[in-house]
Amino acid sequence: MDSVGPQLRHAGLNLEDDPRESRHQVESDVFGFWIFLMSDAVIFALLFALYGTMLGARAGGPGPADEFKIGSAFVETLILLTSSFTFGMTSLCLKRDHKPQRLTLWLALTLLLGLAFLGMEIHDFVTMVSHGATASRSAFLSGFFVLVGVHGLHVTFGSLWILVMVAQVATLGRDAKVKINLIRLSLFWHFLDVIWVAIFSVVYLQGLIVPGGGS
Amino acid sequence: MTGPTITGFLLGSLSWGALPFVRAWREPNISEIIGAGAGSIVVIGAVVTIALITWLQAWEYLWTQWFTSLDHKKIGIMYIVIALVMLSRALIEAVLIRSQQAAAINGPGFVEPGHFAQLFSTHGSIMIFFMAMPFLTGMVNYVVPLQIGARDMAFPYLNSVGLWLTAGGSGLMMASLVVGEFSTGGWSGYPPYTELNFSGGPGPDYWIWAITLASIGSTTAGINIACTIYKFRAPGMTFLRMPLFCWTAVCTAILMIFAMPPLTVATALLAADRYLGTHFFTDDLGGNMMNYVNLFWLFGHPEVYIVVLPSFGVYSEVVSAFSSKELYGYKSLVIATMAIGVLSFTVWLHHFFTMGQSADINAVFGIATMAIAIPTGVKIYDWIFTMFRGEVRFTPPMVLSLAFMVTFVLGGFTGVILATPPLNYMVHNTLFVVAHFHNMLIPGTLYGLLAGYMYWFPKAFGFRLNERLGWISAGCWITGFYLAFFPLYVLGASGMARRTHEVFDPAFRPWLYVALFGAFVLFTALVTLFVQLFVSIRDRHANMVAVGDPWDARGLEWSVAAPPPEWNFAVIPQVESRDAFYWRKRNREAYKPVDHYQDIELPKPSACGVIVGLSAAACGFGLVWRIWWLVALFGAVVVATVIIRSFLRDVTRTIPAAEVEAFDRRWLAQAHYAKPVSRQREMSRRNEGLAEWTA
Amino acid sequence: MSTPRRRRTETLPYVIGYGLSLLLTSIAFGLVWQHVLSGHTALFAVLGLGLAQILVHFRCFLHIDLRRNSLPDLQLLLFSSMIIALMVSGTLVVLINLHSRMMGP
Repeated sequence: MDSVGPQLRHAGLNLEDDPRESRHQVESDVFGFWIFLMSDAVIFALLFALYGTMLGARAGGPGPADEFKIGSAFVETLILLTSSFTFGMTSLCLKRDHKPQRLTLWLALTLLLGLAFLGMEIHDFVTMVSHGATASRSAFLSGFFVLVGVHGLHVTFGSLWILVMVAQVATLGRDAKVKINLIRLSLFWHFLDVIWVAIFSVVYLQGLIVPGGGS
Repeated sequence: MTGPTITGFLLGSLSWGALPFVRAWREPNISEIIGAGAGSIVVIGAVVTIALITWLQAWEYLWTQWFTSLDHKKIGIMYIVIALVMLSRALIEAVLIRSQQAAAINGPGFVEPGHFAQLFSTHGSIMIFFMAMPFLTGMVNYVVPLQIGARDMAFPYLNSVGLWLTAGGSGLMMASLVVGEFSTGGWSGYPPYTELNFSGGPGPDYWIWAITLASIGSTTAGINIACTIYKFRAPGMTFLRMPLFCWTAVCTAILMIFAMPPLTVATALLAADRYLGTHFFTDDLGGNMMNYVNLFWLFGHPEVYIVVLPSFGVYSEVVSAFSSKELYGYKSLVIATMAIGVLSFTVWLHHFFTMGQSADINAVFGIATMAIAIPTGVKIYDWIFTMFRGEVRFTPPMVLSLAFMVTFVLGGFTGVILATPPLNYMVHNTLFVVAHFHNMLIPGTLYGLLAGYMYWFPKAFGFRLNERLGWISAGCWITGFYLAFFPLYVLGASGMARRTHEVFDPAFRPWLYVALFGAFVLFTALVTLFVQLFVSIRDRHANMVAVGDPWDARGLEWSVAAPPPEWNFAVIPQVESRDAFYWRKRNREAYKPVDHYQDIELPKPSACGVIVGLSAAACGFGLVWRIWWLVALFGAVVVATVIIRSFLRDVTRTIPAAEVEAFDRRWLAQAHYAKPVSRQREMSRRNEGLAEWTA
Repeated sequence: MSTPRRRRTETLPYVIGYGLSLLLTSIAFGLVWQHVLSGHTALFAVLGLGLAQILVHFRCFLHIDLRRNSLPDLQLLLFSSMIIALMVSGTLVVLINLHSRMMGP
């Protein structure tokens, strides 16, 4: 019934020779992580909803058109999309049992892209704060900083996780647990990309749309 | 650096005035002395416990066999121990609340308003987050793997982390009695009152961080339970062959997974307001407290079903076992459980009908709320039909189940009253509401958990609990409830506001006295519960049920020894039907040796869960008092522990087949020599845990 | 097993996913940047493109499809989407209603 096994489903996995038992374990480990991601998705969904209710609550402070930079949002998006692609390549390396160096290289590249994204985001935030557009200026800005900041925190956490995985690949090789953790990390990283798609659509682009006309 | 800045760095905003003993010394009035007394009970309790463990030289045993254990059974028992300790505290607080209101008729009573507010805030927070939640999580932890034929939960290490996060949160609750004060904002902690402008002290911070630890713990528990039931059922144990308790467990787990995040968001954003100066729920610069109310009840309503559903599961097991009948309408119960689970996400607004949204919206949510009565009614009928023409034995768990059915229906009626928005406006924020939700939660949660505790206790420890004391305790829980809460319906309908510190209508006096008497009866029930435990441990040798099936019950958990071995099953059972063990007994296939024993792999004990949970609590304490080095230090410890643990590979140990075989054969020999006991005599000393087979 | 052909079929989803997401992102940004659309039309276009891109990510990067062995994941996702839809739409309806009744003219 389950002859296809998880190795096709989760492209990172190469456990074709493993006994039923450990494959079962892998399935449950990955499924558990999916559940966690869904729980996390609810957190983001609520932050989005809250942001939606606070769009008008600017208390005379700056609004999206004053503070959001479409150019830097676009570049940040490109960086994250590319990092998703490089993580995909990492997963394929893991599956094909190439030399560990290549795996590490793709991971490192993903990490660099993640850090570049964080750097740009922090730069944006600092610029905003320097204009006086701080989180304590208005409810709208509170909502913005917390929503985007929580995503940033997730990326920070993901970057730390990549570092740990690089160290594990170097010291422990690619045993079953390292593989499982890399699969979970890949889900996490792609999931953050999905959240970012929602952020650039709902926060940045929505905020920068020129009002009127269309409706 | 000068003196004050160094102490400021080391101790944050802590000062001598934070200690209730110092406050009582400075201002000796009854209120402060009660506070100091509560603080000293915590301190003395902790010192006595530590001294006792040291005197018994039990530290090593506790550390290696219990605290670091990843065995789902031991983790489950530790959860329930936490729940019982916290139940005691919160029930004593309830007695104080009732005493204050009874004493404060046209007078100030004996506790000050701030202290009174702390009492009802801690009472509510503890009963929900540190009594009901750990109790049910512990019970699910203990029972579900045994019922589905698994050796452990899907994530044993995560299980331990969840337990210790809950323990850490309970520790913070206890610390608030000794250092500083607790929130005065009620268990729901509504801003803007709980914002910095109105509650500047450490109270709401204690509330936020204790709740945060508990809710993270519950989310991990939910993930673990769902994954275990989804992926680790024994071969042949299809979903529709699972005992009903597993169904309610999986439903509760799903609710935990999806309903805890709104709470996390609400408390985290309240914390952001208090610590970072944001304006989510403040009353200025665009903040909107109604957002908090909405978030809180997005969590709060599913939470009701999180705590109620496992008890429904227990009742299903208990009623079926003590009626010696197959559960009536199994599929309808499953459907009803799932329906309640989904519907529970659609009714949260009935907690704030009076907030100002349009009548149409209120109507939609009111109707959705009433709809929940339908699946619940289905369940009640199913339990009644299960008893119909069964061989009913009125054991203490059964008595509690029966009391539940009657009482819960009455509470349901008042629920339908409250679900009608115009009526809701009339009794909003009165004791009517308090009476209603106690009417749902005491029978709906507490009776069920206690029934489950008494029902599965012989399985977990190998001896029966004393039934006579069980009946006394159950009787006190039941009469105590009616005496304590039915007067509140009258008071609420007469307009007495909830959380009132002083009462000005002398007509309320008799009702308040009856309610106070009821609170004392409930306190007696608690004491009897502990006496029962003590007496049962003392007399355990006379009440052993080592063969493991004292109630002639039906699920797989009864097919193993009591207490079960660490590996639960010598071989993973093959399941062919619902009530698998019952049919095995009937077909005379139970208690048969296995052809071929195998080595069993189990998780090794790990200290990581303890370290993570307690460090997180230390981190929370630092956050409450703004001791930033403590936050950074223990935050780093948590992260480092998680990372280091991920490098460890030697995390399992193997139980050799010979050991499994030796244990199994010893148990089978016991079963062979034991005298079967008939159902009518199962509450006597003849019960050795082997049921006499009758049709 | 690890033939070049299979490698290509495995690499393909990532390449397609990357290409599609770049395309959808560029269209969405272009619409707003160049003021091609405005007002509600632009909003719905942006949200629609975002939703499409999320689906692309789920299909190509997270490997969710209609095959039997990813069914549990798909069920989980659909259930989660339902809960999220309930919570988000409920929150917006209630809060916007409150806003219009309390802050309105």
